[in-house]
Amino acid sequence: MLIKLKGGKVYDPAHQIDGKVMDIYIRDGRIVAQPNNAEPVNQVYDLSGKVVMAGAIDMHTHIGGGKVNIARMMLPEDHRAHPAAHTEMCRAGCGHAAPSTLTTGYRYAEMGYTAAFEPALSPVNARQSHLEMGDTPIIDKGGYAMIGSDDFYLRSLAAKQDQNAINDYVAWILHASQAIGIKVVNPGGISAFKFNQRALDLDELNVHYQVSPRDILKSLSRAVHELGIPKPLHVHGNNLGVPGNVETTLKTMGAVEGYPVHLTHIQFHSYGTEGDRKFSSGAAAIAEAINKHKNVSADVGQILFGQTVTASGDNMRQHANAAFGSPHKSVIMDIECDSGCGVVPFKYKDQNFVNALQWAIGLEIFLLTDDPWRIFLTTDHPNGAPFTSYPHLIKLLMDKSFRNETFARLNLDAQAMSTLAGIDREYSLYDIAIMTRAGAAKLVGMHDRGHLGVGAGADITVYTDVADREKMFSKPDYVFKDGELVVKNGQVVKVTWGKTHTVKPEFDRAIEKDIKKYFDTYHTMNMEHFKVADDEISEGGRGGVIVQECKGRREKTA
Amino acid sequence: MENFIQQSSIDAVTCPACGLLCDDISISADSAGKLKVTSNSCAKSISFFERPVKAVSPRVGGKDTDLESAIAKASEILSKSKHPLIGGLGTDVQGMRAVMNLAEKSGATIDHMNSKSSMRNLLVLQNSGWQVTTLTEVRNRVDLLLVVGTDIVSYFPRFFDRVIWNQASMFGQDTSTREVVYLGGQNLNTKPGTSPKGIEPTVLPCDKAQLPEVIAVLRALIAGKTLVASSVGGIAVTDLAKLAERLKAAKYSVVAWTGSALDYPQAELTIQNVTGLVEKLNQTTRSSGLPLGGNEGDVGAYNTSTWISGYPFRSSYRQGFPDYEPYLYSTDRMLAEQEADTFFWINSYAPDRLAPAHQAASVVIGHADMKLDHEPEVFIPVATPGIDCKGTQFRSDSSVSLPLKQLRSNTLPTLTQVLSAIEATL
Repeated sequence: MLIKLKGGKVYDPAHQIDGKVMDIYIRDGRIVAQPNNAEPVNQVYDLSGKVVMAGAIDMHTHIGGGKVNIARMMLPEDHRAHPAAHTEMCRAGCGHAAPSTLTTGYRYAEMGYTAAFEPALSPVNARQSHLEMGDTPIIDKGGYAMIGSDDFYLRSLAAKQDQNAINDYVAWILHASQAIGIKVVNPGGISAFKFNQRALDLDELNVHYQVSPRDILKSLSRAVHELGIPKPLHVHGNNLGVPGNVETTLKTMGAVEGYPVHLTHIQFHSYGTEGDRKFSSGAAAIAEAINKHKNVSADVGQILFGQTVTASGDNMRQHANAAFGSPHKSVIMDIECDSGCGVVPFKYKDQNFVNALQWAIGLEIFLLTDDPWRIFLTTDHPNGAPFTSYPHLIKLLMDKSFRNETFARLNLDAQAMSTLAGIDREYSLYDIAIMTRAGAAKLVGMHDRGHLGVGAGADITVYTDVADREKMFSKPDYVFKDGELVVKNGQVVKVTWGKTHTVKPEFDRAIEKDIKKYFDTYHTMNMEHFKVADDEISEGGRGGVIVQECKGRREKTA
Repeated sequence: MENFIQQSSIDAVTCPACGLLCDDISISADSAGKLKVTSNSCAKSISFFERPVKAVSPRVGGKDTDLESAIAKASEILSKSKHPLIGGLGTDVQGMRAVMNLAEKSGATIDHMNSKSSMRNLLVLQNSGWQVTTLTEVRNRVDLLLVVGTDIVSYFPRFFDRVIWNQASMFGQDTSTREVVYLGGQNLNTKPGTSPKGIEPTVLPCDKAQLPEVIAVLRALIAGKTLVASSVGGIAVTDLAKLAERLKAAKYSVVAWTGSALDYPQAELTIQNVTGLVEKLNQTTRSSGLPLGGNEGDVGAYNTSTWISGYPFRSSYRQGFPDYEPYLYSTDRMLAEQEADTFFWINSYAPDRLAPAHQAASVVIGHADMKLDHEPEVFIPVATPGIDCKGTQFRSDSSVSLPLKQLRSNTLPTLTQVLSAIEATL
């Protein structure tokens, strides 16, 4: 089966292609070179005037695992207001802020997304994450395993185990939990909360282990680098949401001592304490620091106005924020001496000073950060807003007058505290293709995705080039997943099951002897059951495991 | 499948007979396939694994038939139904996925056999939320366990052995100094609450019907209110005041309950007062709730249903999209009001649990040794996850799900095979 996508305007930043009119050929799910004339083309799509990009990749979205399902379970009101009926192609589902897995997969595909990564997969809960992602159709997926408040790691760090032992444990976690990256949430803070600490700054010590977030960041960013894992350490910093946390965030960038690091939903970590209300934008300082530190990348975690739900591993901060929940309810959990979670429904209001300024801070960060390869488009779904609001966010970035009109309607005190109206930058289609495709694939380490070169997986999205970018990005003309047409005119026309992307770095398996002894002594489950097997992910024909290249174990630390 | 020919016994078997989901069980088998629990047994695991093997055929109208004919008849019944109800739902995650698909395709309503007790917790989760913990946290951190309205062990036999009187703890705690308090209930088996050093638990008994007042008073005392009354539910207020002080002084108290034991109307309000007092304690120290459940796969069923449809059970696809109504979609109410014209009863784990007596129980799919008080139109025996086929089950605390092993060869179809075959005909 040979498919020809004829004459579209192609945006493929991985190959520096910026709107060039060209043909793309697909065979057996892959992009191939132009075949010789003798080979018959089975199907031609005339894409004259259309915009062609690789399928979009959401590198940070809470789509599967315990806390997401708690969010679903505690919000029947979210689902009642957004039912999705059974159709000829799609099974029924529901939800806006916390949609059902089926609805999540369909909606992502309908927006031209072909992959999404769950950024807070708790290793002890990895099986559930993969079960949920296994029930999320069409798109590829993967997870970042969350460590840094788990007892095994913290006791290793406290015992001053050498870096090689840390690296072996990190690799073991990636294998066991079938993840593609490592995340740390409020480094050491989830554990500290269980010892009744209510805040933990970068150089404060966890009372039990006597280690600081800085120690953790240094050790984990180095482990990820030394194991050759493409995805830099994914960091949800300390002090999320706390006015003045911009200082913590700036120090966090330095704490990794030059190792690659990704600071996630950085908007929530960019707050100053200026002004009458002691809440101000730290965006300029943050963007300047990102521009300067080439080892640092970030995604924004933009907030947009309306009802959503916040779901995080950061039980310490979520407990502190639970009083602001709307509707007023929350779930706070300590989990297995491994992690935690906090789920708090939230409604962002444009006339609320803090919310309006949060909105502006996110956009300031987008617009003041120079390099689109190191800043990523997220709402930290669903924490800042549901992922279905991405087309609206893209319009805010690409259309200055639309942005300023929206800004002018916000809380006046917040407007007075923001420089947003003075920023002229508009993102180009090429910039958007970097942020949502080429850059995201490169960051995560999906070597054959996010670009349209020969050999790439044929995940391709075709849009009509209209001035209203929200409209354009809401409803692609065509979406191909592994070469199959899955969406036409913004509607699912075929349901497939994507794959799960992982990395499997080499490590010294002798560490498993220690881990087994540890499980047998302290845990309530057998170590073997902590591991998620490949066939659990491919079970029922729902997908399978793809192991992305990991540059192998680097030299052992002397 | 695990192979008994090469090994005399299989270790690290997960037992789905209760929500603790112990996975340290060892099992041996005789040549006929009869299993024996050889280590870490309890009454529940023995009755689950050691049930005699029964070879039974599917039946239609009480007569033995082949699987295809039984599936054809079940399909015919379902296709004629205007409002099917799929109840029981004693199955694992994989089986539940198939239930959801069939319900979606047929416009059915779903409800679990344990929903009456699960709902007491789910309503609290949906109304106010809660602050809760998980078994490994309890095992390593608890210094004061408060048990409300139950002895725990009647439902979860190994609870104290596994997470209270364990020898080692991660943070160097002398676990034998842990304190246990039973609040509410009468004539409970409080012996397992005695520490290995012989320290007796505090027992404050009252009729369960009086727990709403007792818990409300405890919450008020923790919140610093002064009470005029000197006793509530037969418990001296001074005793409750002492308990409040112990909870405030504890570093990591855990308040445990089980929805099934709180069997009185509006018990969710009592649970909400429990979670309210936990919330209050967390203003100054650490405390967590521990809702215990997960028997007959209920926690796995409502998790799976929630991620697929957005709702736990007591939900319906009759309008073409998922719809949730904890009152209207209860099995008992729907059967009593004759709102469902077809009733499927699914029960893979607990063959002694009868379907609610009703003429509409037209199709029964479940354990080969299923007890029936009347013959349904169709009976299809299926594999029990964790014995006859592999599977996945959720533990009481929701945070952990574990793989179930296949322990013997058999010819039983899985629930997924049966339901998918029915769905394919619709």
